[in-house]
Amino acid sequence: MKVRAQIGKVLNLDKCIGCHTCSVTCKNVWTSRDGVEYAWFNNVETKPGIGYPKDWENQKKWNGGWTRGKNGKIQPKQGAKWRILANIFGNPNLPEIDDFYEPFDFDYDHLKSAPDMDAFPTARPRSKLTGERMEKIEWGPNWEEILGGEFEKRSKDYNFEGVQKEIYGEYENTFMMYLPRLCEHCLNPTCVASCPSGAIYKREEDGIVLIDQDKCRGWRMCVSGCPYKKIYYNWESGKSEKCTFCYPRIESGMPTVCSETCVGRIRYLGVMLYDADKINQAASVEDEQQLYDAQLDVFLDPNDPEVVAAARKEGIPEDWIKSAQDSPIWKMAMEWKIAFPLHPEYRTLPMVWYIPPLSPIQNAAEAGAISTNNNMPDVKSLRIPVKYLANMLTAGDEAPVVTALERMLAMRGYMRAKTVDGVIDIGIAKQVGLTPLQIEEMYKIMAIADYEERFKVPTAHREHAEDAYDMKGGCGFTDGNGCSTGSSGKKLFGSRKFVVPTGGAR
Amino acid sequence: MNQFFFGTYPYIALAVLVIGSIARYERDPFTWKSSSSQFLRRKQLIWGSIMFHAGVLTIFGGHLVGLLTPLSVWHALGVGSEAKQMIAIVMGGVAGVIMLIGGLMLAHRRLFDARVRATSSFADTAIILLLIVQVILGLMTIVVSLGHLDGKEMLKFMAWASGIFLFDGKAASYIADVNILFKLHIVLGLTIFLVFPFTRLVHMLSAPVRFLWRPGFQVVRTRKGKKS
Repeated sequence: MKVRAQIGKVLNLDKCIGCHTCSVTCKNVWTSRDGVEYAWFNNVETKPGIGYPKDWENQKKWNGGWTRGKNGKIQPKQGAKWRILANIFGNPNLPEIDDFYEPFDFDYDHLKSAPDMDAFPTARPRSKLTGERMEKIEWGPNWEEILGGEFEKRSKDYNFEGVQKEIYGEYENTFMMYLPRLCEHCLNPTCVASCPSGAIYKREEDGIVLIDQDKCRGWRMCVSGCPYKKIYYNWESGKSEKCTFCYPRIESGMPTVCSETCVGRIRYLGVMLYDADKINQAASVEDEQQLYDAQLDVFLDPNDPEVVAAARKEGIPEDWIKSAQDSPIWKMAMEWKIAFPLHPEYRTLPMVWYIPPLSPIQNAAEAGAISTNNNMPDVKSLRIPVKYLANMLTAGDEAPVVTALERMLAMRGYMRAKTVDGVIDIGIAKQVGLTPLQIEEMYKIMAIADYEERFKVPTAHREHAEDAYDMKGGCGFTDGNGCSTGSSGKKLFGSRKFVVPTGGAR
Repeated sequence: MNQFFFGTYPYIALAVLVIGSIARYERDPFTWKSSSSQFLRRKQLIWGSIMFHAGVLTIFGGHLVGLLTPLSVWHALGVGSEAKQMIAIVMGGVAGVIMLIGGLMLAHRRLFDARVRATSSFADTAIILLLIVQVILGLMTIVVSLGHLDGKEMLKFMAWASGIFLFDGKAASYIADVNILFKLHIVLGLTIFLVFPFTRLVHMLSAPVRFLWRPGFQVVRTRKGKKS
């Protein structure tokens, strides 16, 4: 047993209102620079839809994630090491910037500087790549917002596999949900495995996956390796960038920016203990539908004295163990089993998990006639097909998703009975295999969702992670020539000085 | 004149190459990169880049082995001067044409694709053009070489190249009477060495072959003073 700790995350899709506050605050903090204006470390997609970048879930096209060979061993789907190196001159699996979108700005200045003319002046788009006029914007970071575009195109959504999708194009049967996405900080990341330079690494102390900007050579294999397409090639600096899990905030015990600013309070952060020795075995399970269970098996019970003793032996700090015992992630993923990994079939063992959304019952007219047990509607009658959610969260296995949805419905039923009728309905709890105490805790954490309940982030112990003496007099986040700002004018090796981003047209 | 270009200039170029590269790696590692533009425009890159790199690597290896392997080794292997000259002409010719086609595709893309052009630095455009001129000069020397298939000329270049590395003060005189095309080819080649540290060419120094021997797939940065 090799105990490791990671800050995991759960997103409660049942409460996501698709406001994009997470995306915008993230962008303002991390990607408001040249070269990554097209990159959204956090983005929110409307599902069903093909997403951002286009069709990212289709690994037949992109070859992201891992594949299991006949010998039972896994390797990146884009190829073994020699194959990755052979593709270094031209990467056949690399998306183009147009698969995300061509970044643009508007000629805002024209609005106030336009001469007297008949037509009202407008701000027309201009490409951020070439500076040239763009006659038509073809695609954007959230092009399918609230089911924008025709169903024909959106129905290419990979999660429709095995679903009779035609009827969902009809107005009466349509459904939608939001899917906020960020880097999964996987236990078995393909980006790390694919990097020829070894510039991407997973931090042992908190599991955050980062790119060493000084070691990255721009071979761009991580971009094609990541099945979630959450690594972004900065076309200006020639280096790859990704979600940092706001590590400077996490280290000081604060939630990530996207979690902090989430209006719907859907995001949870907490410590998960896991057994690093089991990762390879769990990712190599033959049956894709067993991958979810295999990942559950990697997690270690923080209340088990044996695990605690092993964790102490590995040098995991006491407050981290305490935090793991208190983790909302543990409760949702392991205790209540209502949170699931995104696309476990990629074999990356992702660490950002999702609670599937409930939806209105399909046919209101039949609402009275719906098979109800204990005032609970059958989840099969919900508007979002269970199969669709299962394709997204459990490699198509419907049973765990059904259980999760039933538990969430039970929580509603139980609390309604309690607060409206003043009755404690133990039957509902029993029916879904929970105790009334558990349901009340679920209610407290998921429905009330106080700040303190959502974020259990222990402060990092940097003194254990690196030698603080070496960092003495350091200068934080800079690239290149130490802390120097003394050099002026042109730089010898072609690097650009950091310019504070300004808005408006250029 | 001859002494400067073939006796002194090689040392200037090599010194700048070595010291400049170390300085850049040390002082500005953030700029050390391949500068791929495939993400902005896939068109013409995959084929162009593969052909260009395959050609250039073959040619670079050929020059290295051909010029710097001592004559005695060739004799021990039983390869005579004529045979060696033929190998050089055929291999260099084929690889040169492949590199030229790839290079032209890349240069066309860099000059005429709006996105790639807008994001190119002066050094990016200059270096691809320099390399194309260099490979054309190299291919032209083949015509001259066909005139003396005995390989006597080639021996002069081998003597010069090893002379440079052995600090032989008379090295430049060995190639005093060769065709002007060879001289131009050498001077331009040395110039490419000279500008090397200031261009994207540095990425060849970090060719990630070590990836093949990296144990396992995953990279984990461990806590200080402890191996995972």
